[in-house]
Amino acid sequence: MSNILVNAPKTARRGDVVEIKALIMHPMETGFRPGPNGRIIPRNIIERFTATWNGADIFAMDMSPAIAANPFVSFFAEAKESGTVVLRWTGDEGFAAEQRVDIAVE
Amino acid sequence: MDRRLFLAGTAAIIVLPLGPAAATPDAMTEAIKKVIGNATPTEGRVKLEVPPLVENGSTVPLNVSVESPMTDSDHVKAIHVFNEKNPQPNVFSARLGPRSGKAVVGTRIKLGDSQRIVAIAETSDGRFWSAGADVIVTLAACLEESP
Repeated sequence: MSNILVNAPKTARRGDVVEIKALIMHPMETGFRPGPNGRIIPRNIIERFTATWNGADIFAMDMSPAIAANPFVSFFAEAKESGTVVLRWTGDEGFAAEQRVDIAVE
Repeated sequence: MDRRLFLAGTAAIIVLPLGPAAATPDAMTEAIKKVIGNATPTEGRVKLEVPPLVENGSTVPLNVSVESPMTDSDHVKAIHVFNEKNPQPNVFSARLGPRSGKAVVGTRIKLGDSQRIVAIAETSDGRFWSAGADVIVTLAACLEESP
């Protein structure tokens, strides 16, 4: 349904701080723009992005219409143990998307 | 004497709007207050990177980094970004913790006009730190009709 690009290292040493970058295709319609018929196009944005590592919260972001279309987020996390990073996006009109990334920690 | 007083008064009025409080339009000040309450953010520790001159306001790279050891006892809890002249003053609020390792967040934002951007970081000791940046936008976001 939606296209997601995630850039994270496949492996890391214990204690390393790794960067995770995530991009998702989404119009991020602000709700302030008129459409071709002159009427305002209703707001349709991603409101929240969260990341967990083996279930533990590592990052969360509340977004506003001021986030550019196809939202890109980069953040850091300490590699404590091998596991799965789950990235979740939720928003208007019932939007929900999820992407999993495995990171092996030595 | 009267004329001197008058001149001094006028000078005071002219100087006042240059203070930091007046440089931020009301909506942004309100939005910041909602997040930090009555606390006063201290300038420093926060680095806000955004290009000073932007050709296209619909996608502007923005990076916020905060100096912090990111330990259990001393870390950045949240990073908030605000703007002055978009239809709404909030840009994003990010939650971090000791697990982040580094208090750095990057994203891309929309800017509807040339304006000042403010980033505020909340540390685990309950203090707030801030940084601001001015951006000139030649082509604003949000104005074009959608196809």
